[in-house]
Amino acid sequence: MTNQAFVTIKNAAKSYGNLEVLKDINLTVERGQIVAIIGPSGSGKSTLLRAINELDPLTSGEVWLEDVQINKKLPFRQYEAHVNQVRQDIGMVFQHFNLFPHLTVRGNITLAPRMLKGLSEADANKLAEEQLAKVGLSEKIDEYPSRLSGGQKQRVAIARALAMKPKVMLFDEATSALDPELVEEVNQVMKQLAEEHMTMIIVTHEMDFAASVCDRVLFMDQGVVVEEGPPSVIFQNPKEERTRNFLRKHLSR
Amino acid sequence: MGLDFSVVPDYFGVLAMGAGWTIAITICAGLLSFFGGIVFAVIALYGHWALRLPVRAFAFLFMGTPLLLQLFLIYFGLIQIGIDLPAFVAGVIGLGLHFAVYNSELIQASILAVDKGQYEGARTLGLSRGQTLRRIVIPQAVRAVIPPMGNNMIALLKDSALVSVIGVMELTLAAQQAISRTYRPFEFYLAAAFCYYIVNLALEAGLRHLERRIAASR
Amino acid sequence: MDYELILRVYPFFIEAAWVTIQLSILTALLGLTCGALGAAARMSRLAVFRWIGATYVSIIRGTPALIQIFILYFGGPQIGIQLDSFSAGTIALGVNIGAYMTETIRGAIQSVDRGQTEAARTLGMGRWETMRKVVLPQAARMMIRPLGVNINALIKGTALVAPISVVELTYTAQRFIGSTYKPFEMFLLSGLLYMIIIYAVGQVINWLDRRARIT
Ligand SMILES: Nc1ncnc2c1ncn2[C@@H]1O[C@H](COP(=O)(O)OP(=O)(O)OP(=O)(O)O)[C@@H](O)[C@H]1O
Ligand SMILES: [Mg+2]
Repeated sequence: MTNQAFVTIKNAAKSYGNLEVLKDINLTVERGQIVAIIGPSGSGKSTLLRAINELDPLTSGEVWLEDVQINKKLPFRQYEAHVNQVRQDIGMVFQHFNLFPHLTVRGNITLAPRMLKGLSEADANKLAEEQLAKVGLSEKIDEYPSRLSGGQKQRVAIARALAMKPKVMLFDEATSALDPELVEEVNQVMKQLAEEHMTMIIVTHEMDFAASVCDRVLFMDQGVVVEEGPPSVIFQNPKEERTRNFLRKHLSR
Repeated sequence: MGLDFSVVPDYFGVLAMGAGWTIAITICAGLLSFFGGIVFAVIALYGHWALRLPVRAFAFLFMGTPLLLQLFLIYFGLIQIGIDLPAFVAGVIGLGLHFAVYNSELIQASILAVDKGQYEGARTLGLSRGQTLRRIVIPQAVRAVIPPMGNNMIALLKDSALVSVIGVMELTLAAQQAISRTYRPFEFYLAAAFCYYIVNLALEAGLRHLERRIAASR
Repeated sequence: MDYELILRVYPFFIEAAWVTIQLSILTALLGLTCGALGAAARMSRLAVFRWIGATYVSIIRGTPALIQIFILYFGGPQIGIQLDSFSAGTIALGVNIGAYMTETIRGAIQSVDRGQTEAARTLGMGRWETMRKVVLPQAARMMIRPLGVNINALIKGTALVAPISVVELTYTAQRFIGSTYKPFEMFLLSGLLYMIIIYAVGQVINWLDRRARIT
């Protein structure tokens, strides 16, 4: 199963008016691979990640998940049905959790599986319990999000995404809104996913985490991938001046 | 019966005069509501109880009842106590007092917000309580509520149509005059609505301009 | 104060208050319907609907409610719409307050964090499913108070049907002022009834708001 292209991005470009945010980006992620995207603020990391599940569609280029093109040009209704389908296979975790505040933890996790996969209440509950056990929050199943800490919220958000049984998980700075002492509990969950060979694309500012968990690191700046390679190369021996400058600032902190 | 707008231009003068009076009423009542609002706000917050209680009771009554009812009270009430004012004046007083109460609510909240921070600073400079209020607190508080008071002015413009009911000659009554001669209510009320809409757009543009200037002068 | 007079005429005012209540309820229901449709139109994917919604709001909010009532009641027959004064008043007032409610509802929906929609869409939920299960339940809580303000204005606004002779509170007050020359008494009597209605509705709004906040 290795060496098989799983997520493929071809010639991706994106602009907001005159502002080119992504310029001709190519990226292939293999099944089970874990890719970190690093780079300065405004370099287009989130935009790239959000292009993968069509939250911010590309201006041009292609995004594929296995043999399905995600950003197909289709008439509106068909397009909607298509993205709703493919998004079920792509889990996403946001910086600000985006839990549904009017639903309990259980409600957050079971909403989409029940609605989209037609799970019965009992099956959905079982699913929620499984996923919560995985992130270590079984006892919080009937709490509302407002009663959870930031770290707990993010773990619930991960459980909610996992409940859809996605093929790939996208993380957009999942820990940067957290107090420092809460970061580790979320990192732990992500490491555990790594051990289970979940395919992941992780935008992060935490170089240590990227170095210890990821197979590949992409350094982006001003809408282009400046350099990519295994963490050992990118962090210890980067070729590009821009990468070195960026890392000097971020590693010395 | 069908529609026939060809008669409308014949009454252009009547409608234009009505629109003029509508603008005049809006300006007069607007000014009254502005200064009345300040006076009510100061009395409600700082006045002697013998003034404060009636002002608060008045505000309570006027916020809980329809403007039209208030216009009847003022128009017929003044006549009853022997003051026979022209309808125009009664209309301006009614509209002005009604919106003064609403402006006063805005200004009171704003005064309280400004007062907290500014009061001590000004007092340490040696200004008296009254001076601090007049020179420092009220001017700032009023500027801060110009945008929401602008919304009240827009409401006032539209509500000025109500004074037609007590016989004030303005746009709505002008349309009614034209209708009583032509029996074409749809055409003339629509024409009147069009005039209101234009004046309203102009007022909104003016208020936006004013807001920008205030924001710039900060 | 002429208490004897008040005792003599108050039954008429009670009856009129009932008309005001009926007007208020029907107008509120129609207004909420127009408001929901207006908000849906204003946030539609299709430019035509957005334009229709924006035009509705702009025209209705840019012209006096009294004129709108007159156009429907007096002008309606010219274009084949023949309504009694109560129906014309209710419809015109409902369509009028609906424009204000459109903005209230739209504001509440748009104040729901964009991340909520993004999270739901990311899970694969469709536009309507997201609206129904994620956005609206949150927006509904935020709408209650501002819609209460609209309804408060609407109750006082029902007085505008007095000029087309709907026998509600303000019309009754006007009639008795004319026949008794006691404007203060009539004002206080009808004013008191208005305030009772507004107070009662305010309590209902508070109760709804509190209940929505518990969860
Ligand atoms: N909706 C938008 N409209 C216009 N410009 C946008 C929009 N979204 C993002 N941008 C611009 O695109 C560029 C890339 O943004 P992006 O959010 O992808 O950066 P990022 O690398 O994720 O930064 P950060 O580390 O701060 O999250 C920025 O210059 C941003 O201002
Ligand atoms: Mg980002």
